[in-house]
Amino acid sequence: MNLDVLTQRSGEWLRGTGPEADIVISSRIRLARNLAEFPFVNRAGDNVRAQIEDFLRGRIEHLQSRRPLSYLRISDLEPLDRQFLVERQLISREQAEDHGQCGVGVSSEENVSLMVNEEDHLRMQVLRSGMDLDAAWNEINEIDDLLEQEVAYAFDSQFGYLTACPTNVGTGIRVSVMLHLPALVATKEIQKVFQALQKIGLAVRGLYGEGSQAMGDFYQISNQVTLGKSEADIIKSIKDVVAQILGYERRVRTALVKENRQALHDQVSRAFGILQNAQTISSEETMHLLSSVRMGVNLGLIDEVEIPTVNELFIQTQPAHLQKLRHQKLESAERNVARAAYIRQRLAENNPHTSA
Amino acid sequence: MKKCEQCSKPAVLHITELHDGAVDAHHLCESCAKDYLSHGSEPEVDEVESGLSQEDDLESDSSESIPEEQPPCPNCGITFKEFRSLGRLGCAHDYSHFREELSRLIENIHSEVQHVGKVPKRQPDASRQQFDLIRLKLRLKEAVDEEQYEEAASIRDQIRRVEADLRSPSATADS
Repeated sequence: MNLDVLTQRSGEWLRGTGPEADIVISSRIRLARNLAEFPFVNRAGDNVRAQIEDFLRGRIEHLQSRRPLSYLRISDLEPLDRQFLVERQLISREQAEDHGQCGVGVSSEENVSLMVNEEDHLRMQVLRSGMDLDAAWNEINEIDDLLEQEVAYAFDSQFGYLTACPTNVGTGIRVSVMLHLPALVATKEIQKVFQALQKIGLAVRGLYGEGSQAMGDFYQISNQVTLGKSEADIIKSIKDVVAQILGYERRVRTALVKENRQALHDQVSRAFGILQNAQTISSEETMHLLSSVRMGVNLGLIDEVEIPTVNELFIQTQPAHLQKLRHQKLESAERNVARAAYIRQRLAENNPHTSA
Repeated sequence: MKKCEQCSKPAVLHITELHDGAVDAHHLCESCAKDYLSHGSEPEVDEVESGLSQEDDLESDSSESIPEEQPPCPNCGITFKEFRSLGRLGCAHDYSHFREELSRLIENIHSEVQHVGKVPKRQPDASRQQFDLIRLKLRLKEAVDEEQYEEAASIRDQIRRVEADLRSPSATADS
């Protein structure tokens, strides 16, 4: 897989189509698995890590799954390329910073990524656009079954699938849904949502998972309990909660429009105007303004840009993406200039009213 | 969270006792736990200590030692203390080796101690051979590091035998 080809397009999960795509960016399911015959990654020396990687790489490259997977050895990549894969959500930040031998199998649509030698021997994830957990589960379950024909997983009849950290043991499943909640953030109602989620044992994280800030009003809701409940029950509990949050966000959006349509229209239009014209812009401001524009489009207040373009810009304006596009290392100030130029260009070419 | 088995307050203490190998678990709130531990617990504490010190005797004169410290995992060499400071286990066998301690921890994290949900079609935990492989591979590395090449060669032969056994259809069928 050539990473430079990836810069020209975006993952299928960003296309902004699935169910509830006005609020739900993506659905993701991750399974943690370990091979029975090797020590866990943190206890494996360089030699054993290399054996694990070789073994799993061979299995992944020959997997007869729906989507063929290309394998990338992360340990051979430059830091910039690793960061690029993190920004596209194909590998974790932990894996990008790892010094040992590790890799990832990725489908060309970027819906599937199988991380090798992350915290566990194997971390498999499927990403889907919109609210589509059932499809994500079917696909990851299928891949898990196929791999299981080739390898012996570490499993215990009491504790289930065995993982390096007991917080993932049992099903090894992490079900997460990425939500765009600008109205709940603007009205500070989001605090109530956090408190309610905490009470029922669900985690809330930012765009890039554990420890990342909630930029651009994006929040990832995911399960924490992995043992004692079936995969189906865990998925259902996330679905039920997300349905409630969607209703809440929509009610608040409607109220905002009703109370002061003009002020809201002004706010989202100004955000769009800045993005169309800025000559230098930080990542933080970009996220903030794109969030406003995204809500404006979904409420029918802005029609000069489409949702998939906005979704893509969230990812493609990140530091490693800009540097890959320019084929050069850029310092922070240079990135701000490159970012503004890229956004101006994308918004001009995607404007349905100006382009021929 | 589990409720206290004596009253309906939340259970904060989880006591696991061994009676001649049989496991007896109690979930109690703070006040019921105090009552429980101060009444009639003496003979049980003795049993717990004697049960564990039998294992300790293999190593040293530990008839008086505190029965908390488990020996390290024979496969990966990690101690429970090391795990607590690292937050990561060393190998799959740790879950069997530290089953008691981990059950308590896992109950705190997940409120349950029994997996439900997907099960692999072939269950490798039934096979000791997987764990033998972990141990052999670590020993192989040590032997190579210490330039004990003859020993390394013999370990490699053993690894090959176990791997061949594991891949033969009869081994997977009855595992």
